[in-house]
Amino acid sequence: MAGTYAGIVNSAVGAKLAAQLGLPRPARLRRYAVGAPLIEGPVLVGGLGEAPVAERVGDLLKLEGVDTVTEVAAGERVAAVVADLTEAAVLGELDALRALVAPALKGLRSSGRIIIVGRNPKGANGFAQAATRRALEGITRSIGKELRAGATANLVLVDDGADANVDAAVRFLLSGRAAYVDGQVIRVGAGTPAEPADWAKPLAGKVAVVTGAARGIGASIADVLARDGATVVCVDIPAAGDSLARTANRVGGTAFQLDVTAADAGQRILDHATSRHGGLDIVVHNAGITRDKLLANMDEGRWASVLDVNLGSILRMNEVLLADGGVRDGGHVVLVSSIAGIAGNRGQTNYGASKAGVIGLVDALSADAALVARGITVNAVAPGFIETEMTAKVPFATREVGRLLNSLSQGGLPVDVAETIAWFSQDANAGVTGNVLRVCGQSLLGA
Amino acid sequence: MATSPKPARPSSQPRRAAVIGGNRIPFARQNGAYARATNQDMLTAAIEGLVARHGLAGEQVGEVAAGAVLKHSRDFNLTRESVLGSSLSARTPAYDVQQACGTGLEAAILVGNKIALGQIDSGIAGGTDTASDAPIAVNEGLRETLLTLNRAKTPGQRAKALTHLRPGQLVPEIPRNVEPRTGLSMGEHMAQTAKQWGITREAQDEIAAASHQNLAAAYERGFFDDLVTPFLGQTRDQNLRADSTVEKLAKLTPVFGRGEGATMTAGNSTPLTDGASAVLLGSDEWAAEHGLPVLAHLVDAQTAAVDYVTGNEGLLMAPAYALPHLLERQGMKLQDFDLVEIHEAFAATVLTTLAAWESEEFCRDRLGLDAPIGVLDRSKLNVNGSSLAAGHPFAATGGRIVASLAKMLHEKGSGSRGLISICAAGGQGVMAILEAA
Ligand SMILES: NC(=O)c1ccc[n+]([C@@H]2O[C@H](COP(=O)([O-])OP(=O)(O)OC[C@H]3O[C@@H](n4cnc5c(N)ncnc54)[C@H](O)[C@@H]3O)[C@@H](O)[C@H]2O)c1
Repeated sequence: MAGTYAGIVNSAVGAKLAAQLGLPRPARLRRYAVGAPLIEGPVLVGGLGEAPVAERVGDLLKLEGVDTVTEVAAGERVAAVVADLTEAAVLGELDALRALVAPALKGLRSSGRIIIVGRNPKGANGFAQAATRRALEGITRSIGKELRAGATANLVLVDDGADANVDAAVRFLLSGRAAYVDGQVIRVGAGTPAEPADWAKPLAGKVAVVTGAARGIGASIADVLARDGATVVCVDIPAAGDSLARTANRVGGTAFQLDVTAADAGQRILDHATSRHGGLDIVVHNAGITRDKLLANMDEGRWASVLDVNLGSILRMNEVLLADGGVRDGGHVVLVSSIAGIAGNRGQTNYGASKAGVIGLVDALSADAALVARGITVNAVAPGFIETEMTAKVPFATREVGRLLNSLSQGGLPVDVAETIAWFSQDANAGVTGNVLRVCGQSLLGA
Repeated sequence: MATSPKPARPSSQPRRAAVIGGNRIPFARQNGAYARATNQDMLTAAIEGLVARHGLAGEQVGEVAAGAVLKHSRDFNLTRESVLGSSLSARTPAYDVQQACGTGLEAAILVGNKIALGQIDSGIAGGTDTASDAPIAVNEGLRETLLTLNRAKTPGQRAKALTHLRPGQLVPEIPRNVEPRTGLSMGEHMAQTAKQWGITREAQDEIAAASHQNLAAAYERGFFDDLVTPFLGQTRDQNLRADSTVEKLAKLTPVFGRGEGATMTAGNSTPLTDGASAVLLGSDEWAAEHGLPVLAHLVDAQTAAVDYVTGNEGLLMAPAYALPHLLERQGMKLQDFDLVEIHEAFAATVLTTLAAWESEEFCRDRLGLDAPIGVLDRSKLNVNGSSLAAGHPFAATGGRIVASLAKMLHEKGSGSRGLISICAAGGQGVMAILEAA
């Protein structure tokens, strides 16, 4: 779905004009389709010193039938670069990254990928190593802004001893699933990943609940979870029941008309999933509303309803869903934050509060000893500008700015958010918890 | 995800059919929210909501039986066409049922009986009606001329046939709510019976006000959250007036009956309505295999008919005659039921039926009983509202009541029993008993 701006600059006349004016022309992003190869074209794999993760990634790519190269031959165009800087300890070593990546950039294929792998600065030994590790973030984000034609750059920080858990992140970032994830940092830690029998069905046999599934991002989450093999319980308010039924029937799941703010919503969802499908593995708290007003004009009703739907209801439902007898061990909880929860937004004190609160909740839950012991991961996506009915209500000028103020010069699609959520929901991704991943095309807001 | 169910095992021992759940679209007033929807649109929507609620997409159920009272000739295969337009497996058989306002309940009984006999393991019963998208037929004279024209073989014969065309033939035939054998509308029939039984205006308005208030309260409580799926922007029944009171209803002028004794108004008679409903039935085993809780079982059913043509009995009195058979078979008294649903064709229908059961004379002379059936505790009657508030898309009413009653009984607790009574055109009545699982 191209926005108005994209439609104009990509039209015959518009394209010429856009070129003359130096306006950005949004590229058509490579998105995942069942059966598509991980990535098309050779991948440059290398790094500093032993580069242990690069070696792993090389094996993984071989398994997937993707060609790897260790340097870019003259005139060769690679599809991606995986640069392992996990051993970087002093500033001087960062030049290895420059030397590896720079030759690949000019010929990088469209929707190409730059994946830099490093270690978490928090675990650094000494000041120099901490600074060096953190420097990778600045490099990644700057590369993201330099890339064109739908290419992205992201950083994966792997904890010491967690190298074996990096596969799911690399697969995700290389694929079309991560089309709108750009300039981001993914932290991979401990955990016991379980590879799926079939990478085309990474959620086979799982039972998922998605709130707010009648339309927009929620409907797309249901689609993608079902495509990946999960049975999906689709929840939305009774008034949205007809579109909810369409979602449920499309994905072969069940429609559950329920207001998530109901006091017993958590129990009812758990009962439904347990009686119908024998249990619950994946919870996606997606339902959300906006009731924008400048704080100066904000009434109590707007304030309270946004906080309750977007955050209060999640806290209440989690009391049941995350208690013993709730989500099964090894399960996954995904919340939906927003750029507004990171950067704030004029007229959105209530919404910003709820979405920042979501991040606080992810931090706390992912650190909770009981949940960690049960192997339950808790992550959030923070969508940037996504083309839905919610953003269609935004005034035209603001909407166009929202679409363009990012490195990919376009709004994201609901499916982009859904893909990230589905990835957080994989057992293969057990090493990723406590992450808040922006799906924003490297939006300038809050960056 | 099409799954092919194991063939049902016919058994010599009937089993009880389970009522698993239901779905309907909100009912809309004639020429209201669904003015442009067809019966097929509405029945398909009702089935789709049912399929979604129970996770049946791609599933082949044993059978779908449904119907409509006001039906276009093109809808000769209405139910099967609706199934083909739904997310059910295209291998799900379907057939149409038609028994006037008894259609929906009769369809549930038919499906329930096949399940009881082991001929199918699951089924959907439903009904739909539109008073807005009514089948308009061509004038009878025009129809005959057109048929002659169609049979004509030579230009001469064709020209001759066309000479029979008359301007008056262009007036279409619009279906009317009239009994063909008496020429009286159902309301006029009811007015006669109400007068005979001395039913007062106040008593009728009380029934109507309670219907609206109870239905509104049920919506507020979320009772319909798993029984209704919105359609075309309508989320609640369009006819519902939550603020209805006896005082407001008393202001309306009567529309049926004549003069002083006229008591029936637009407020205590059901309006013409559009809508559709569907009920999921199955064996206990089928329900368990699908992880679906059972709400109630279909225990028994009875139809009856009266001779209203000679004036021997009121048009809508047949349910009064059906009940004694059920009570005898089940060894029950009317008072044993925990809940009773009497379809409010008119408030007066409910009141004459109750009065007849209380009357020693009626029970003795007409029903051949030693003692009157007796008084029904009104607190058990139509507790979540009925047709006066919800509206009455003829064939959809049975499904509405079966699903709601099954849920109400389930809430009351295992073993509680409920009675359904629906009167129908042609002097007929359909009744059924449900028992909470
Ligand atoms: N669209 C964007 O650009 C964007 C950006 C950042 C974050 N988000 C977040 O993504 C999520 C989905 O947004 P969307 O754009 O798809 O919005 P949407 O309005 O299209 O869909 C939200 C859905 O949630 C449902 N919902 C609302 N209140 C509910 C309740 N009390 N109980 C159950 N369901 C309820 C709605 O009925 C609706 O179907 C929200 O949490 C939103 O804050 C969206």
